[in-house]
Amino acid sequence: MLRDITIGQYYPADSVIHRLDPRTKLMAAMLYILSLFVFQGWAGFAAVTLALVLMIALSKVPFGYMVRGLKAIAVILIITILFNLFLTPGETIVEFWKLRITWEGLKNAGFMAVRLTYLILGSSILTLTTTPNQLTDGMEKALKPFNKLHVPVHEISMMMSIALRFIPILIEETDKIMKAQLARGADFESGNLIKKAKSMVPLLVPLFISAFRRANDLAMAMEARCYHGGDGRTKMKPLRYKKADIAAYLLSAGYFAGVIALKVLL
Amino acid sequence: MSIILDKVNYVYSEKTAYEIHALKNINLKIEDGEFIGVIGHTGSGKSTLIQHLNGLMHATSGGIYYNGQDIYDEDYDRKKLRGRVGLVFQYPEHQLFETTIFADVSFGPKNQGLSKKEAELKAFTALRSVGLPEDYWYRSPFELSGGQKRRVAIAGVLAMEPEVLILDEPTAGLDPRGRDEILDQVAKLHEERNMTIILVSHSMEDVAKYVERLIVMNQGSIMLDGTPGEVFAHYQELEAVGLAAPQITYLMHDLRKRGIQVPGIATTLEEAKEAILQAFKK
Amino acid sequence: MNFIEARKLVHEYIRRDEEGNVESILTALNQVDLDVKQGEFVAVLGHNGSGKSTLAKHLNVLLSASGGTLWVDGKDTENADNLWAIRQNAGMVFQNPDNQIIASVVEEDVAFGPENIGVPTPEIWKRVERSLKSVGMIKYREHSPNRLSGGQKQRVAIAGVMAMEPKCIVLDEPTAMLDPNGRREVLDAVEQLNKEKGITVILITHYMEEVVRADRVYVMDNGKVVMQGNPRSIFSQVDTLKSYRLDVPQITMLAYELKKEGFNIPEGILTRQELVEALCQLY
Repeated sequence: MLRDITIGQYYPADSVIHRLDPRTKLMAAMLYILSLFVFQGWAGFAAVTLALVLMIALSKVPFGYMVRGLKAIAVILIITILFNLFLTPGETIVEFWKLRITWEGLKNAGFMAVRLTYLILGSSILTLTTTPNQLTDGMEKALKPFNKLHVPVHEISMMMSIALRFIPILIEETDKIMKAQLARGADFESGNLIKKAKSMVPLLVPLFISAFRRANDLAMAMEARCYHGGDGRTKMKPLRYKKADIAAYLLSAGYFAGVIALKVLL
Repeated sequence: MSIILDKVNYVYSEKTAYEIHALKNINLKIEDGEFIGVIGHTGSGKSTLIQHLNGLMHATSGGIYYNGQDIYDEDYDRKKLRGRVGLVFQYPEHQLFETTIFADVSFGPKNQGLSKKEAELKAFTALRSVGLPEDYWYRSPFELSGGQKRRVAIAGVLAMEPEVLILDEPTAGLDPRGRDEILDQVAKLHEERNMTIILVSHSMEDVAKYVERLIVMNQGSIMLDGTPGEVFAHYQELEAVGLAAPQITYLMHDLRKRGIQVPGIATTLEEAKEAILQAFKK
Repeated sequence: MNFIEARKLVHEYIRRDEEGNVESILTALNQVDLDVKQGEFVAVLGHNGSGKSTLAKHLNVLLSASGGTLWVDGKDTENADNLWAIRQNAGMVFQNPDNQIIASVVEEDVAFGPENIGVPTPEIWKRVERSLKSVGMIKYREHSPNRLSGGQKQRVAIAGVMAMEPKCIVLDEPTAMLDPNGRREVLDAVEQLNKEKGITVILITHYMEEVVRADRVYVMDNGKVVMQGNPRSIFSQVDTLKSYRLDVPQITMLAYELKKEGFNIPEGILTRQELVEALCQLY
């Protein structure tokens, strides 16, 4: 299940979208998600579909790889569809037992399914074409205005990138601790919920102690390398907009305006 | 009593881009009461091998027999096997979790279904046998030094009264005295109780000093298997795969090349000293 | 003035109870004098808990002294204004390779130090390239640190320090968690930086074999410096070393044992070749 989530997994390729500035991609993804909630009718549906197909084609990420991300939300998707299908009042098509399917319900369910699916696909284009580091960099810079509101933007993005580095290490460590306790006869599987929760103690205590130790060590190592917050820091890979970014901004703005226009005019 | 491995293979992440053949056709017989050293690089398969011996890892193919019983049999109690083949991992920090040392060491026997009293009795014996002074027993395991933590970790496994004790690099990160103390303690367990010991180590000097039989792993296969003297006689093959014999063994070769007739293959300091004394007597 | 000069340096770890009364005092450094010249390779030897790591952390001002003085690169460590200049000039490599690599890409990690001290972008690229080359890790520049071996990770950590262009690196048990090959890789890299670039090296360790490469050795026990001298003079005192929970390399030990048997061998044999030569002359 965890392995199926493609959000947050980078797919290395050399495409126009890969080369865009992460801020551009963040903005475009946001506009696209907004457009999914704004669009109405068949013309709007055609517009969002066309945009998605275009983005997928440009990203050079295999479609099959992208669709894998949908598995993770399959349950949510089905529940939403069922709710819309059966609980929307309107003109009845079929009725059996206490359930009623209406025309409106069918339409709502269809559009809701489209919205959710496109939302996942659209945002996974962002994460599949942007490395986690670029993403945090992009967020840091895009959110910089919030610094004035005393939001510690630099610290938050530093925390995110450190978390990204340490997640695989801690997963590996969990595995090692589990094996060490299994070797002492620990049982993580059988028993009722309370017993299971109790059996996690021998796993969680060493894991927390180790995580705190690592955090301590890391803080010291960062200090030793002259880290003192975001002030006066330079960047090895500073973010700079290129011509393609301007084009991408204009395109996404045009697209969004188009979707709104379709809604207002039709 | 014995452990037999019959054509054991283990493949990580089978049929993916990350596929690694970690164990290749391993045939091995470990007799009761042996003191075995396992050496090899990081990634040579030695850690994978020892985790098969107590059933923590399941071979992709091949069979493992403990005392003549197939441990992969459906009705074989593999949880019980872990109590009989005790495995102490490299970092004690991965297993210490209780508030007191004594409670931590009781964890294993309690898992075996023993009563509190029985479990504590076993913890008592185990802590005694690793030589940790009694005034430490009710302290937190997290306040101990590296060497003491390792003793507690070993006691935590010994408390299950295993017939075989496997130690994965028990001396990593310890200072010289700490290292000697741990290894002497392990050797004592072997001598006094005739316990089968399998010691995984990076140090040629340590294995040469303590073990009776040495297994060299390389790229998932057993490359050499014999007494330390027999194994280190192949020092050129060891070097070819990036391992080395103890400095002492090289010294003996150098001396012979220069015409000093030192007898035999020395792998430890005492043997070398004897050999040199003999050569000079003539 | 020496590059590092410690006079009567004291460090006390004070434990207090809930009311703030002193519960216990542990003297980790007790009147330590240390002198290191620019370009020297100095090893500090001691068993676990001898105070050697505490000393290392003082050199980078990660700890401040309870007493005595410490000057690094002509700057007083007591003066808070000197903090960043000292940290930049006396870089530090720690024991656990995983806990000191910050970024998820090798080259970005090496850039972390220069970024912190505000080096301009084009210069960062040059420094990253130069430092990765100096430890032989340039071909891994775009790799994730997670897939590297222990020795490779430590070399990346060394490159991260080198990119700040320090005059000195302090290595606090950099090989304790490595296998023999990793250990060799790291020490070779360190030795090369010392010999070729003239970087002052302070190596904290309890592995005797590593000390052989140093110009000078300090031995610590119980927070005090108890022995100092070149490796040969230190290793000729086998019994004293043993009393400090230490050991000598196996070859040195054999020479010492043979000497006790009446062999006329020079003191403090360090290498196999030396012992072979000494024995051949007697044969």
